[in-house]
Amino acid sequence: MTKSNIALLVLLAVVASLPLFGGAYALRLGTIACMYAILALSWNVVGGFAGYPSFATAAFFGFGAYTTGVLLGKGLPLWLGVVISAVAALLITAALGAALLRLRGHYFAIASLSLVEVLRELVNNATDLTGGGMGLNIPLVSGSGVLAEAMFFFYAMWILLLLTALMVMAVAGSKLGFGLACIRQNETASSMVGLNTTLYKSIAFGLSACFVSAAGGVYAAWVHYIDPSDVFDILYSVKPIVMALMGGLGSPLGVACGAFLYLGLEEVVWRNYIQIHTGVLGLIIVLLLLFLPHGLISLRPSNLWRRVKHV
Amino acid sequence: MHAAQILVNAVVLGCLYACIAIGFSLVWGVLNVINLIHGSFIVLGAYLAYGLYNALHVSPWYSVAVAAPLFFVLGYLLQRLLLNRVITAPVLVTLTMTFGLDLILNNAMIYFFKADYRKLTLTPSLGSVSIFDVVVPVDRLIATVSALALTGLLYLLLRRSRVGRAIVAVRLDRDAAVLMGVDVKSIYAVAFGLGAALAGCAGVLMALIFPISPLTSSGYLGKAFVVCVLGGLGSVSGALAGGLLLALVEGIGSTFFGPAHATTLSFILLIVFLILRPQGLLGRKGFE
Repeated sequence: MTKSNIALLVLLAVVASLPLFGGAYALRLGTIACMYAILALSWNVVGGFAGYPSFATAAFFGFGAYTTGVLLGKGLPLWLGVVISAVAALLITAALGAALLRLRGHYFAIASLSLVEVLRELVNNATDLTGGGMGLNIPLVSGSGVLAEAMFFFYAMWILLLLTALMVMAVAGSKLGFGLACIRQNETASSMVGLNTTLYKSIAFGLSACFVSAAGGVYAAWVHYIDPSDVFDILYSVKPIVMALMGGLGSPLGVACGAFLYLGLEEVVWRNYIQIHTGVLGLIIVLLLLFLPHGLISLRPSNLWRRVKHV
Repeated sequence: MHAAQILVNAVVLGCLYACIAIGFSLVWGVLNVINLIHGSFIVLGAYLAYGLYNALHVSPWYSVAVAAPLFFVLGYLLQRLLLNRVITAPVLVTLTMTFGLDLILNNAMIYFFKADYRKLTLTPSLGSVSIFDVVVPVDRLIATVSALALTGLLYLLLRRSRVGRAIVAVRLDRDAAVLMGVDVKSIYAVAFGLGAALAGCAGVLMALIFPISPLTSSGYLGKAFVVCVLGGLGSVSGALAGGLLLALVEGIGSTFFGPAHATTLSFILLIVFLILRPQGLLGRKGFE
């Protein structure tokens, strides 16, 4: 276990103690923070480790939200709905990945972006099952009061985040993670030395989908109402990338910190400049890419010191 | 006759699709950047036409001449000042960068123009022509012919002019172009400016036909994606072929499955093409 992994676990433990200090608002923010961290850490598996610019996160998220939503409507318990969504996403995405991940660079980005569009349109048109553009109402899971419910969903999301973090650490420390790093650096060379790149990439793609889908499921049960333009919002694909870039591509600790920092920024902007909040988000993206392309993790005190010495 | 009407509709729409996509294709092909602001440029062009017509009664055919230089300068500056700084970075960075810029532009448009749908209505209306049973509205016909003319102009520019040859040279082999003394940074800016100008002009033409709202930008962008992938990157003929194919598939698809499924169909076609024939209809293998 490396130092940064321990730091990540400590960070998660700190997040878990949040209900001790805050009321319903803090719980809501905490739940979203956990959700964003799940999205960003999951994206990091395919985008950070393997270096594939995936824009499919929104597709996984919406898939999970709708699968769980429909299953809950049929009377299944929440945990079963979430597990089914996660497993289905893992299998379907891994199979899909075997085809899509043959593409590289821009072509892969466009294909993954189109995945979101295709799923959104399918859900929009399958009115019988999903309610189409009218959205889907999801039955209440428990009738035990507002605060108790907020607490329940916070911990549900937090447990998912913990699982995601453990998965990401396991991948990073394993042969799979090493293989993905090889693919990122030089895919042709790694397949030349006998790495089954298609298999590795497919597993990575599947893993990056499974917890996002589960988070989508919990989100659907949490907000009780979903519609295609909400859960298949392309911003769900882009935000994790911004978070990862903010924190530092490829480092789980950096990515998680990036997610929390991003949420803080978003909340401040959203509260104060509701009418121009997407514009401000755009500005943050542009400034980040121009001035801090390697993320906050590159701002280590030692690096700063070195820079000063060179000056 | 039903089939003839579908075919004519597809040709009309296909030329417009080609016009939407051609600037996007140029930028992707030459700069290797997926330009996500393209859709918002188109919408901005449409607002320009709308504003000029309603405020000054400038008819949209003249607005094209206003839009082209304005958008060229806008695109040129954007590339010179911002995008050239990250142009050598990996796909993820350039793509996210243009997404950020798109958020800013789109939000600005929602802020200033509101998200209401507007329509440029020509008074008096131009009516429509019908040959046998095939009906084509005249404004659509004019937009199509203008779209074809713009596409032709770009083709001539790339083939005949010095700067056009330089753009093609950079596209074919960047390093060799540098060795031949081409100033790559300024060619990038010119290519991006041209892409923006084409988007602006396409927007002016779209204003004649479709409702205008900042919310429509992602739809235009999606069409540009599909057309580029179907036809092949960075070539004028590829964009035309892709546009026509897409319009035909959408026309036939919506006749058989209903118009709600047209978009789904076009994106599924996109994914199939990406997997089976990523170089597009007219692309050459091993020549990106």
